[in-house]
Amino acid sequence: MSSPTISLKSLASTTTMNELLATAKSGACASSSCGSPAKPHDVDPATWEKIKDHPCYSEEAHHYFARMHVAAAPACNIQCNYCNRKYDCANESRPGVVSERLTPDQALRKVITVANEVPQLSVLGIAGPGDACYDWKKTKATFERVAREIPDIKLCLSTNGLALPDHVGELADMNVDHVTITINMVDPEIGAKIYPWIFHDHRRFTGIEAAKILHERQMLGLEMLTARGILTKVNSVMIPDINDEHLLEVNKWVKERGAFLHNVMPLISDPEHGTYYGLTGQRGARAVELKLLQDRLDGGARLMRHCRQCRADAVGLLGEDRGQEFTLDQIPGEVSYDGSKRETYREVVARERGDHVAAKSEAIGMVKAAGSSGLLLVAVATKGGGRINEHFGHAKEFQVYEASAIGINLVGHRKVEQYCRGGWGEESTLDDVIAALEGIDILLCAKIGDCPKDQLTEAGVRVTDDYGYDYIETAISALYAAEFGLEPLAATA
Amino acid sequence: MAFRIIASQCTQCGACEFECPSGAIKFKGEAYVIDPEKCTECKGEFELQRCASVCPVPKTCIPA
Repeated sequence: MSSPTISLKSLASTTTMNELLATAKSGACASSSCGSPAKPHDVDPATWEKIKDHPCYSEEAHHYFARMHVAAAPACNIQCNYCNRKYDCANESRPGVVSERLTPDQALRKVITVANEVPQLSVLGIAGPGDACYDWKKTKATFERVAREIPDIKLCLSTNGLALPDHVGELADMNVDHVTITINMVDPEIGAKIYPWIFHDHRRFTGIEAAKILHERQMLGLEMLTARGILTKVNSVMIPDINDEHLLEVNKWVKERGAFLHNVMPLISDPEHGTYYGLTGQRGARAVELKLLQDRLDGGARLMRHCRQCRADAVGLLGEDRGQEFTLDQIPGEVSYDGSKRETYREVVARERGDHVAAKSEAIGMVKAAGSSGLLLVAVATKGGGRINEHFGHAKEFQVYEASAIGINLVGHRKVEQYCRGGWGEESTLDDVIAALEGIDILLCAKIGDCPKDQLTEAGVRVTDDYGYDYIETAISALYAAEFGLEPLAATA
Repeated sequence: MAFRIIASQCTQCGACEFECPSGAIKFKGEAYVIDPEKCTECKGEFELQRCASVCPVPKTCIPA
């Protein structure tokens, strides 16, 4: 392995095609596993082919690839107690922020504009507000238009499952191979506490009867998707004292029915959001509680731990949101697709990624082989590409990795306010960052000033920029070795 | 007899438009509007009006 000749970030932010090509071509293939990004050991080759560019289905892919959501299917057929339809769906997006609803034609223009500008784009999703399967005509019209113009974009949708069984055949025909179902319960008694009503077969049902219908349709939909070979992610909202313990049962049910991934997300609840839960004082779930539950779920259906609970109109890598750059008023009336940036980016990623996977598996192997009972929680400032490449003061989130006898795993993230604004660090912001880093042993970043470094150290979080631009796992394995008295791996890459 | 939509409360999700069995609901200008000539209040067809049953906001789709 050697230093990368091209930075992915520079590629992604390059504006002209000539620059992009020049940057791409300047890098000879430096990797020993050129062109074939190795797959993780626990995924079969056919599945890996489907998920390798999908940032939500593959933790590994989320360092390289971006998704965008279009809010093109606003009608919904159920009411959830965590959602206020006067604004956005609290589950699918940060609440209180209204997204633009788009017609299928407007959605197409937006997707083309983003695809021309954001080379990391690999996935288009329809994920609320509303239900993509219930508002089916608009979902279908949007997907058909986009697939015609950009055939290689992955189509993805998110649904509550009630209308899903009606459209599984068409989903398969349109090559939609990723579907997310939000399943919060498998017991209608619990469901009645989450869903006040559903609209099914042209009429409204309430109470346990409603929850029973929803449950049966969700299970049927999941089974039908599995039978078609469509990968399913199950989202569950963790609602303290309502379904938190019950999610162990949900995990079992969905695993048995072939769910590929289970994503447990903490309830977001605040009176300001005007949701039933917000107004009745139902509290949200804390990061620590979420992690405890996720740890108990380990060994069941595979868990998604890198979810950022993004908005329904998010654009970009999972940890960033460029949605505000692509609002309707900034999109030209006529657009035509130019795939050159995306293609060039993919070529570079294919090379870089093989190198990353090799470095990663070497690092993980080392930590495992150490046989230490030590555990290290490391926060990382990264802009993507699997490297420690973000300045401390510029980070809006830190990815959290846990190193232990079972390897090095991404276990979550901590959102923070950017510490550095226009060259100056904000004292009160630093206090918030320190609070957000509760429980973290070490923080890794590309660069950090002396002042925040000292304060973090004082607060019990060790910080280093010695591993700036290294692969995340390589750095963590070196730290782990130093921490628990093992022979360190030479910090390469 | 017909139903009407309180425009200031409407989220413009459009569910009522495709649920209406009489094709009485259309997006006109900046709001969804029920055509009183076409609206049957779903009499004889459904126990409750479909538009009001699917509407996510209480007291927004009401008798005129």
